[in-house]
Amino acid sequence: MEISLKINGKDVKAEVKPNTLLSTFIRENLQLTGTHIGCDTSQCGACAVHLNGDAVKSCAILVAQANGAEITTIEGIANGDELHPMQQAFHENHGLQCGYCTPGMVMSSIKLVENNPNISEEEIRKGLEGNICRCTGYHNIVKSVKQAATVMGG
Amino acid sequence: MYELQYSKPSSVNDAVAEVKNSSDAKFLAGGMTMIPTLKARLSSADLLVDLKGSNLSNISVSSSEVVVGSMTRHCDVASSNDIKGSLPALAKLAGGIGDHMVRSCGTIGGSLANNDPAACYPSAVLALDATVVTNERSILAADFFEGMFETALNEDEIITEIKFPIPEKASYIKFPNPASRYAMVGVFMVKKTDEISVAVTGAGENGVFRCKEIEDVLNSNFSLDALDNIQISDDNLTSDIHASAAYRANLIKEMAKKGLKDLI
Repeated sequence: MEISLKINGKDVKAEVKPNTLLSTFIRENLQLTGTHIGCDTSQCGACAVHLNGDAVKSCAILVAQANGAEITTIEGIANGDELHPMQQAFHENHGLQCGYCTPGMVMSSIKLVENNPNISEEEIRKGLEGNICRCTGYHNIVKSVKQAATVMGG
Repeated sequence: MYELQYSKPSSVNDAVAEVKNSSDAKFLAGGMTMIPTLKARLSSADLLVDLKGSNLSNISVSSSEVVVGSMTRHCDVASSNDIKGSLPALAKLAGGIGDHMVRSCGTIGGSLANNDPAACYPSAVLALDATVVTNERSILAADFFEGMFETALNEDEIITEIKFPIPEKASYIKFPNPASRYAMVGVFMVKKTDEISVAVTGAGENGVFRCKEIEDVLNSNFSLDALDNIQISDDNLTSDIHASAAYRANLIKEMAKKGLKDLI
């Protein structure tokens, strides 16, 4: 089937099999490999992207369901060389260990903060329950999100 | 995932027709259970009929009832000011399902049609005596749930909306599985004008059920300490790697004691 959608501001048209996952399409068809596949059972959140303004798990959605949608991946949030405040905060606070979960953490956290600009530490910890860091590096991740929230307008 | 076809019709009638005309089609709601199940090849379909185009995601609230379209997402129920005002326990329940990424896809109709024994929504529907409206008929909550992953729905029947009568008060308390956020035990309690009703999810071997033991106590003695000495039988409760039946029986009591504080 033919699909057309907008990814990181660019129009994309492609012929896909109807059983293609959004995560597969992003990584394999578009070569945007910043979106990671962690568990592939929709629990870890490493594959988080923004779909029409919501954070979603791209490994639990068919690209067919996203036909016509606007999608943003981790590659699409910086402004040229200027990192998104959430990326900058993860950088400054060392909000990562191995880095595998980081794209999902960043994409998920951006929406948490956008939806709740004055987000508390407790709300961040609860909000990130769908993103798993197998290094258990949560303290610096939470610190990063808290800092980004102040920069993003909280 | 096995090969399949995908369609997104623009009306309920077209969606039903597509399923009727196919040998092994399935409806697709939010997909938060369906897609992972298909990926794991625990399920298959020759055609997925996406209901997202069928205009089923309205919320309307009157003085007597909350009506939620079947394709309404959990995040939209959780953030609806109308629902928070008239039936806050339902908004709280929706806001506790999965995580925020699951809530921005998953739908109330999908949850009810799937009838996972640990899903949250069935407890609200059963305790509130809600009505499940389909393209064919209206089904009372008491007749809708037919056991684990089983409902009264026919294969080609679509839930269109759920009508919740607004009670005096309601509460929902869940002990979530720490990994999945599904209910290890969830207790939905309702204070109606003439009686108390209590539905339990996550614990029953046959899925959601009304808890007569708690209802009988509270209908004769509606007070804060009424449940302190109650013993919940573990007959017909689930034992699995997460918790034994006896543990779940105790959780039902403890969750009900917490929920009771919100009712009084």
